[in-house]
Amino acid sequence: MVDVALWSGLRPLVEGRDSVEVEGRTVGEILNALRRDYPALGPTLDAGVSVVVDGRVIASSLTEPVSPDSEVVLMMRLKGG
Amino acid sequence: MALDSSKTTGFKYVGTRPDRPDGLDKVTGRAKFGADAYAPGMLHAAIKRSPHAHARIVKIDTSKAEAMEGVKAVVTRADFATGIEGEFGNILENVMAGEKALYDGHAVAAVAATSALIARDAVKAIEVEYEILPHVTDVDAAMQAGAPVIREGAADSSVPEGLHPNIVRYYESGHGDVEAGFAEADLVIEDHFLTEATHQGYIEPHACLGTLGTDGKGELWCCTQGHWYVQKVCAALLDVETSQLRVTASEIGGGFGGKTTVFIEPVALALSRKANRPVKLVMTRAEVFKASGPTSSTSMDVRIGMKKDGTITAAQGTFRLQGGAFPGAPCEMTAMCAFAPYDLKHVHQVGYDVMTNRPKQAAYRAPGSPMAAFAVESVIDELCNKLGLDPIDTRLKNASREGTRASFGPKWPRIGLVETLEAAKAHPHYSAPLKPGQGRGISCGFWFNHGGETAVSLALSEDGSAQVAVGTPDIGGSRASMALMAAEVLGIPYEDIRVTIADTATLGYNEISHGSRVTYASGLATIKAAEDAVQKLCARAAAKWGIPEDAVYWEDGYAKPSGPNAGEFEPLHIGDITATMGATGGPICGHFEATPEGAGVSFATHIVDAEVDPETGKTSVVRYTVVQDAGKAVHPTYVEGQFQGGAAQGIGWALNEEYIYGEDGRLQNAGFLDYRIPVASDLPMIDTVIVEVPNPGHPFGVRGVGETSICPPLAAIANAVSAAAGVRMRQLPMRPSRILEALESAVDG
Amino acid sequence: MSKTHVTTKVNGDEVEFLCDPRETLLDVLRDRLNLTGAKEGCGTGDCGACSVTVDGRLVCSCLMLGVEAEGKEIGTVEGIATGEELHPLQRKFIEYAALQCGICTPGILVATKALLERTPDPTEEQVRYWLAGNLCRCTGYDKIIRAVMDTAAEMREAS
Repeated sequence: MVDVALWSGLRPLVEGRDSVEVEGRTVGEILNALRRDYPALGPTLDAGVSVVVDGRVIASSLTEPVSPDSEVVLMMRLKGG
Repeated sequence: MALDSSKTTGFKYVGTRPDRPDGLDKVTGRAKFGADAYAPGMLHAAIKRSPHAHARIVKIDTSKAEAMEGVKAVVTRADFATGIEGEFGNILENVMAGEKALYDGHAVAAVAATSALIARDAVKAIEVEYEILPHVTDVDAAMQAGAPVIREGAADSSVPEGLHPNIVRYYESGHGDVEAGFAEADLVIEDHFLTEATHQGYIEPHACLGTLGTDGKGELWCCTQGHWYVQKVCAALLDVETSQLRVTASEIGGGFGGKTTVFIEPVALALSRKANRPVKLVMTRAEVFKASGPTSSTSMDVRIGMKKDGTITAAQGTFRLQGGAFPGAPCEMTAMCAFAPYDLKHVHQVGYDVMTNRPKQAAYRAPGSPMAAFAVESVIDELCNKLGLDPIDTRLKNASREGTRASFGPKWPRIGLVETLEAAKAHPHYSAPLKPGQGRGISCGFWFNHGGETAVSLALSEDGSAQVAVGTPDIGGSRASMALMAAEVLGIPYEDIRVTIADTATLGYNEISHGSRVTYASGLATIKAAEDAVQKLCARAAAKWGIPEDAVYWEDGYAKPSGPNAGEFEPLHIGDITATMGATGGPICGHFEATPEGAGVSFATHIVDAEVDPETGKTSVVRYTVVQDAGKAVHPTYVEGQFQGGAAQGIGWALNEEYIYGEDGRLQNAGFLDYRIPVASDLPMIDTVIVEVPNPGHPFGVRGVGETSICPPLAAIANAVSAAAGVRMRQLPMRPSRILEALESAVDG
Repeated sequence: MSKTHVTTKVNGDEVEFLCDPRETLLDVLRDRLNLTGAKEGCGTGDCGACSVTVDGRLVCSCLMLGVEAEGKEIGTVEGIATGEELHPLQRKFIEYAALQCGICTPGILVATKALLERTPDPTEEQVRYWLAGNLCRCTGYDKIIRAVMDTAAEMREAS
């Protein structure tokens, strides 16, 4: 299981928890598991998120590996100028 | 991703300062920008725009325009695809109004005619009947109960219940317990800050030349930061297949984020399809101001607690961003960047994306971050002043470092904030004496940077030179940087490499040139494509020598035998291999397609000296120093140019630039005379210090540099002006009248 | 609307064209004479990207009508180099990276050439005020000013 930290705006959607645990070995699997286990997060995930894995901001790649002891944090998707 | 070629020192080409490959074309007037394209049979187009801030479109009568001699096509919203939702739906609505005109300058119809003059006359002949609706242009006013609703149902699921429908997105993050943190502080300061919308201010107005046939095939030439995105959007808005529309990016006369989206291109294509002729469409400057993307205006509250020794105990910020008549103001970026420079135990930030009757905001260099830095770094400055602390030492004491937790959640990887602060402290500017009437300001700034979808192709010629096709429009000298990186890998001179910005038919999808991603992502892809070619070169040498491929290595442009074969064969120069490539297996090319995810964040520290004339309220920036982490400066002169350009734009934002709306909701200063960007006589020389803390996510350590340079100036200048004037400035721009008011109220108070 | 016949000299070459009396000199240069070096950044004389010389005087070509070019000598960025030899300003602008996007460059080159012809030894302040009508959004002007100052020094030495 991987612990996924959520930004506080998402916490009301998961009964106030600041992180949730899901199964997954890649960013894509993590996002799928979040969608499956916590449907309330669906619209946010659909709107686009970045996943920070051990300090690296993964903006779009679903294949980036994640290990159970990785620090995983959800973040709003980045835009640039 | 394996980074075989990773190295951060010992470069031969990277880090040198050769002439730019587009230099000669640009100093002779040959370079072809958006408006410089012509086609046989070409028509000229013009757009009819709403004069009202908010109005229902009752009727559009185009009959008089259509009857005019020389008019070949008129389009309205009915000529575009239907049923488009999401961001593309918003873009369509912005490109051509549907039921309502949502801001002064919103397009409602367009004309193509045999000359620009006829097109302009025909636009005047289009009659539009409006039902004027109440409007709102101020961010705070738009959030109040009773404010006119711009569009019902535009809010997404992030917005808590009970808020005004103009609040369309909401972001909240943080950690710890801020109230407990504030209780530990010796001093807590809370202030309210306002910034006005500014425009990216590129000197080249949006321009395009489009041809679209009834067979669904099209050609589009335009100035854009991302032609694959333009292709995708135009195809959707015109209901044609993406691959049938070939888009070529012109030279781009400045973008700064404002050319990351689409404004006029679908209109030119729709007119072209209707007239069956090529159509050129060029915005006027007034149209650029009224109808292309300004940045958000903001209303912000920031509260920070500090101990006497300078330790920040807690920080809290609320950031309200006005993004025009559409969702998308980067409130989450503002909130995430706000406290990023600091290692905080207790931090909490909230962002609101608020709609108003203004043009759809577009990205502007580090979108959202400069405003946040203005508020946060101003409060830190006040705290340092009141507690008698050195502003750099205080920032160093609290600085984010590798392993500390960022204000927005994750732990930091290797970052260079401390290095920029130390370099700023050591810079002679920081200890130089100030003259009477002058003040000095410091600020840090932060931007994430980005990777994104990237494809690069490299082809070797028979003479051993190389052509590199990249897909990211060159907005800051990137062709030079790509050539330097390719030269480094291939081991051939910089001058032997020609880099071209390929059209959409030539490469796979390339994300827009944004997020300071080009030198990072296209650079990484160029390095990988060059390595791919090198591998093939080595294979040809191996075949010729009859030894295994892995017994050949590449050095300084030569294939050399290694191990037991070392010395057995004369090294083969790249030109020796390419001269016979047709007979030894065919053309030798390298390519790379991926979505690199290792963009390194970037921090900067700026030092500013400002002088305020108490009689007139005019501010002069008398000295300016930019210190920024570039990871690795591939072409240091162009890195300096990015630092200087960002600082200059920040100076304009801080002192002069603002969107001024009248009571009628109309923009009052849609021209460069009244919207004053910094001119040469406004600015001093801008000193630069390039700090290099390598980004582990790039083979050569590159971090994006384009955007971070605009993050600190607003606050650094505000801090300098506040010190010089003796009164705290919390609203931008700090134009003379505003400074005089502040000075007067300080005396009265 | 009937068009007017105009004869003028551009970069030393005699040219003729027909133009609508409402067309600006900039429109004519770009759309009728295929000289697209001068750029339209604003159309109101605020940005200087369309700078040309008319009988040696620096003007914004967007503020002058095409018909007013009759009998005049127009100088544009296309006429600054002599054959394959670049003007020293052009060389220095490349060397100093005094351009990024390059859209303002033609106007700035025309303007600074006009400055150095009348003021061969300008101070930094003179250069800055002379160029105050030529907007650049990319560079912060730093490298432009340095390039101009160094060109002036080189040209003084050479003369």
